[in-house]
Amino acid sequence: MLRARVIPCLLLRNAGLVKTVRFGDAKYVGDPINAVKIFNEKEVDELVVFDIEASKRGAEPNYDLLADIASECFMPVCYGGGVNSVDQALRIVQLGIEKIAVNAAAISNPGLVAELSDVLGAQSVVAGIDVKSDWLGRYRVFDASSGKLTDRTPETQAEELARAGAGEIFLNSVDRDGTQEGYDLKLIGKVAKAVSVPVIACGGGGRSEDFVSAVAAGASAVAAGSLFVFQGRHRAVLISYPPYKELERLLGTK
Amino acid sequence: MTILVANYGMGNVGSIANMIRKVGGEAVVTGDANAVAAAGKLVLPGVGAFDQGMRAVAERGLMEPLREAAARGVPVLGICLGMQLMMECSEEGRLPGLGLVPGDVRRFPTGDRLPRVPHMGWNRIAVKKACPLFDGDDDDRRYYFVHSYYVSCGDPGDVVATTVHGREFVSAFQRGNLFGVQFHPEKSHRFGMALFRRFLAI
Repeated sequence: MLRARVIPCLLLRNAGLVKTVRFGDAKYVGDPINAVKIFNEKEVDELVVFDIEASKRGAEPNYDLLADIASECFMPVCYGGGVNSVDQALRIVQLGIEKIAVNAAAISNPGLVAELSDVLGAQSVVAGIDVKSDWLGRYRVFDASSGKLTDRTPETQAEELARAGAGEIFLNSVDRDGTQEGYDLKLIGKVAKAVSVPVIACGGGGRSEDFVSAVAAGASAVAAGSLFVFQGRHRAVLISYPPYKELERLLGTK
Repeated sequence: MTILVANYGMGNVGSIANMIRKVGGEAVVTGDANAVAAAGKLVLPGVGAFDQGMRAVAERGLMEPLREAAARGVPVLGICLGMQLMMECSEEGRLPGLGLVPGDVRRFPTGDRLPRVPHMGWNRIAVKKACPLFDGDDDDRRYYFVHSYYVSCGDPGDVVATTVHGREFVSAFQRGNLFGVQFHPEKSHRFGMALFRRFLAI
């Protein structure tokens, strides 16, 4: 049987590994290659790597770093950050990273997802959607590259990007990011209902049991940052990942 | 031992070469027709749609070299779309496949009570008969899958392993020197490394 995937989500800033809280307060966590090596040894299901600065600065992806990451990964890897053309995506795929996430570029250029899907196939295209509540408490798509809330609902955005050819939706809750308070189950439910492609839930994962609720709410996979890089109340840096048997026990029936 | 990774522009050849090297083999990634025809051992990778794959194989003049290599008894390992291209035809496209192995490729049915398609993630396989790619493995093995179509073998004797996603499908076959796996061994940690190690040893 297929088990829901559990995915460490790593954030890059200037080639260093960082972790944010509600998309701010980026704390330096360590060297990304070292972290990737440890996650590889722990046999993680998959790895997601986002460069959180690339789009803001209008910078190219850091291809040298991505090549190093790819050579250490014997599991699926997804990269996002600063990708706004098919050529860039192809270059990254050729390095051995088989999934490309687009987020900011999918907001400013809705045609990009379709172009990428045509060339790479839907299974390699991940649509990233960051969601934040507006002042009325309504879910809206957040554009992290400009720091602005859009007027789009996450369901509409997910549905449109899936129709355009995204093979997966990476759904990130800005309000839960780094809090470890548990996933936003209502948000996951809404988006999972709107699309038939897998939804990866991110933001708020604080313990293994949270995965179970996220999957029950409709997620096909769960991602987390803090949970896998911090330990204890004082958030000391320590890379961890649940043993396979535990994941199978928690998420094995599907 | 050298393994030729047939590069027709539609596979994550980088990851496959990475893993072959990791387990001590030599990987040559090339789309050169003469090299493919003369290969001693072949991997046929592939990610994407069936017709696009067949078209890419034909455009690079690899159709006959692949058939020649297969007919010469060279061990060939098809991965994911590469496995599917070895069959006669697919519901996904109109072009005929390479026709190296009897059988066809079908789409997973979708519906409210059925699991999501694509079948994406880690799953187990049930080995049905002895095969050099899996012999001596522990029962713990698991592999990474991502696909919406699956192979149906025309000769049930070719089926090596099956997996269940809504329905039971062929996750590995062997027909003489021809091997196919639906999952991605190059993305399946030590379980995939073990498979490549055995393929090297054949």
